Amino acid sequence: MSRLRLVVDPVACEAYGYCTELLPELIGVDEWGYPIVSGDPLPEHLVALAREAARQCPRRALALRPTP
Amino acid sequence: MPTATDTRVEPLLASWRAAQRRDLATHLAHHGPLSLGDPTWLTRMTKAVDEAGLTGRGGAGFPSAVKHRAARGAAVAPVVVVNAMEGEPASQKDAVLLTCVPHLVLDGAQVAAALVGASAIVACVAADQDVLADALAGAVAERAGTGWSPVPVQLARPPGRYVAGEESALVDWLELGRGAPRFRPDKAVPLRIGRQPAMVHNAETLAHLALIARRGPGAFRGAGTEHAPGTTLVTISGGVEHPGVYEVSAGTPLQEIIALARPGITPAAVLVGGYGGTWIAARHLDVPFAAGPLRALGAGPGAGVLVVLPAGACGLADTARIASYMAGQSAGQCGPCVFGLPAIASDLAALADGRADMALPERLRRRLGLVAGRGACRHPDGVARMVASALEVFADDVALHLAGRTCPGRAHPSVVLW
Repeated sequence: MSRLRLVVDPVACEAYGYCTELLPELIGVDEWGYPIVSGDPLPEHLVALAREAARQCPRRALALRPTP
Repeated sequence: MPTATDTRVEPLLASWRAAQRRDLATHLAHHGPLSLGDPTWLTRMTKAVDEAGLTGRGGAGFPSAVKHRAARGAAVAPVVVVNAMEGEPASQKDAVLLTCVPHLVLDGAQVAAALVGASAIVACVAADQDVLADALAGAVAERAGTGWSPVPVQLARPPGRYVAGEESALVDWLELGRGAPRFRPDKAVPLRIGRQPAMVHNAETLAHLALIARRGPGAFRGAGTEHAPGTTLVTISGGVEHPGVYEVSAGTPLQEIIALARPGITPAAVLVGGYGGTWIAARHLDVPFAAGPLRALGAGPGAGVLVVLPAGACGLADTARIASYMAGQSAGQCGPCVFGLPAIASDLAALADGRADMALPERLRRRLGLVAGRGACRHPDGVARMVASALEVFADDVALHLAGRTCPGRAHPSVVLW
């Protein structure tokens, strides 16, 4: 496991859905189209993909942050 | 209201009870002067707040001493923000404090400012509360040129919406004039107004601070329990003969507190903490009103709100009304809150009206799980908690409503206030 987790800024997020498309292994979606992330540490092999998903977010709402 | 035989300790409201006046002279005659100047004061007072174990009375219950320590180390002088917004419709304690003992709140703000080296105090009263703002402004004006206002006090009037009193929303109003909660992934990072750290204190917390500064931690601990020291203000409403604000010893059993307001009919349940609080069933009303014991029931003291549901009323109907109100109070920023709360409110309305389909309970529970923890502030979490507790406490009613039976409680007057 890495020492990073996914964090969604709920104010910035507008449910574009890119992150869910790019990283379905880690990002779920609710009935209104908004992403659901767990806050658990990211598995090492998905960190690069998670960074890419964060980069692709049109609202810059997805970020990788250190686990507390 | 308390009678002559009432033996409760009411340090916060005592001066008002005795004189029914809120002016500076009455205040000083009752409480005596407040010393902030002496060189050993800072050390002594810091220790006193620690020993008193004062916790925030706005809802979060955060230790005041920790809050002061965090603000004190700042490179730029902090601002003390007095939170008297009282966005909870069922809460009246800030109103009582500003109306009856505004100088205690202002003293507390000065104490807090001295503790952290603040350069300014901003007192926030909701824009739709002119009477309260006038009471506070009058007290501020009385102090002008007296030496009782070493740190200047400004009055701010943020909008009177439910979430506008959330601390990051307050700061957002003071800094940018918006009043929307901010996304704070790391709560340890202090809120700032420009470059200045903002230390937000609930009005009641400051009033306690003013008394600790005068009487010391021992007197504060003279009421309450070891883990929940001091007195606390509660607002009792709903099915009681004497709704209002009462000052009680923390840790007093809930039923004894409610008895002060004379419940006419045996309570069926009590909503504890606020509209984002927790329903507690009648059989648990022996629980001490303090964070620890309440936590075991999934509840917390919140801002001291107690809404009594009388036997015979329909808890689901009132829960639906509250959920609908809370959905309307979203700041409109976060998707799960914007879409989730109305969806939850509409499920509850269907359930309360007896027009629920069999898929509703599962859908509603799923939705409750979808909104909690997914907003910038805790507004959706509160709604989810309140509704989840209703489904548990009113489980028998849920079954009856699902079976399409006519609910006699629907005709009962609502306990909801707004």
